[in-house]
Amino acid sequence: MRINYPGTIRIVRLPCTGKVDIIHILRAFEKGADGVYVVGCLEGECRFENGNLQARKRVDQAKMILDTIGIGGERVWMYNLSSSDGPRFAEYAVEMTEKIKELGPNPIKLAHKKKAA
Amino acid sequence: MIVAEKKPIEEIIDYVKDFQKLLIAGCNECVTVCEAGGKKEVGILASALRMYFMNEGKKVDIDEVTLERQCDHEYLEEIRDRIDQYDAVLSLACGVGVQFMAEKYFSTPVFPGVNTCFMGAAEERGVWSERCQGCGQCILGKTAGICPISRCAKRLLNGPCGGSTKGKCEISKDLDCAWQLIIDRLKELDRFDEYEQIMPIKDWSTERAGGPRKVVREDVRL
Ligand code: SF4
Ligand code: SF4
Repeated sequence: MRINYPGTIRIVRLPCTGKVDIIHILRAFEKGADGVYVVGCLEGECRFENGNLQARKRVDQAKMILDTIGIGGERVWMYNLSSSDGPRFAEYAVEMTEKIKELGPNPIKLAHKKKAA
Repeated sequence: MIVAEKKPIEEIIDYVKDFQKLLIAGCNECVTVCEAGGKKEVGILASALRMYFMNEGKKVDIDEVTLERQCDHEYLEEIRDRIDQYDAVLSLACGVGVQFMAEKYFSTPVFPGVNTCFMGAAEERGVWSERCQGCGQCILGKTAGICPISRCAKRLLNGPCGGSTKGKCEISKDLDCAWQLIIDRLKELDRFDEYEQIMPIKDWSTERAGGPRKVVREDVRL
């Protein structure tokens, strides 16, 4: 199955979304990412029982922090899908890319550029 | 352990917004266990503040350190050689650590990054509850190992009061009546006759009501 998804996305592989921590999400923004989304297994289908539920909570916390500091919590999302659902994976990638396009670039990236100029 | 909660980032920003070089100091003990002020929380706060200031167009350098404890000279001394580089320290230790840091580094402003709540136990992941108020004269031996000073809303020594209903305290239906717990456990231990003994008036002078306290142990002093 060959499915295309936007080439602007960098994939970070993890054994389980339960491994995602708030700091990983924040660091991505600090380094200039325009958006971050976590793709986990369907709720109730985590091999480690609640990894994806933990991930969602961390995503929510990262959203809150990003809102507070003016970067925008809308830039972080959590998606769930079945690991065999390639088309859905591509769908989410497109959806996320559209969202981020609407929001524009990460203000931190702009601040970095200003500093460099 | 001492249980603390993270302060809202807005409040922290307000404390530190006028400094250029900031040290965020975590503590490896209680606040790490209750996930409020350990290395992980230091990292998250540092990252959030860095982004905030950058977005505001302010240049603020933020360093991170997590000490073994902030309530002991030994570990606080570890930052002595670099403390002068900082305009301020944001300590994520409990109120004890924050104060000890402030005492030691007298000319450096030190701000708290957590709200210190109580001495308590981790009931389950993410749930902590109070167990002791450090009254200085422990009576757990007479109360089946359940503390009425910290767990009874009225700190009754001869409870329960008339508000105890179906095992719950009158201030909240989610709160166990400490005296019901004491009675239940005394029965379980086959020591219910002890309940009949009236507890004498407690000497509160060893509690905080007697003013700030101090323990001096000549046997272990150097
Ligand atoms: S009786 Fe006093 S020392 Fe003992 S647990 Fe209660 S508050 Fe703490
Ligand atoms: S109901 Fe129980 S815990 Fe609550 S104040 Fe009365 S004796 Fe204390």
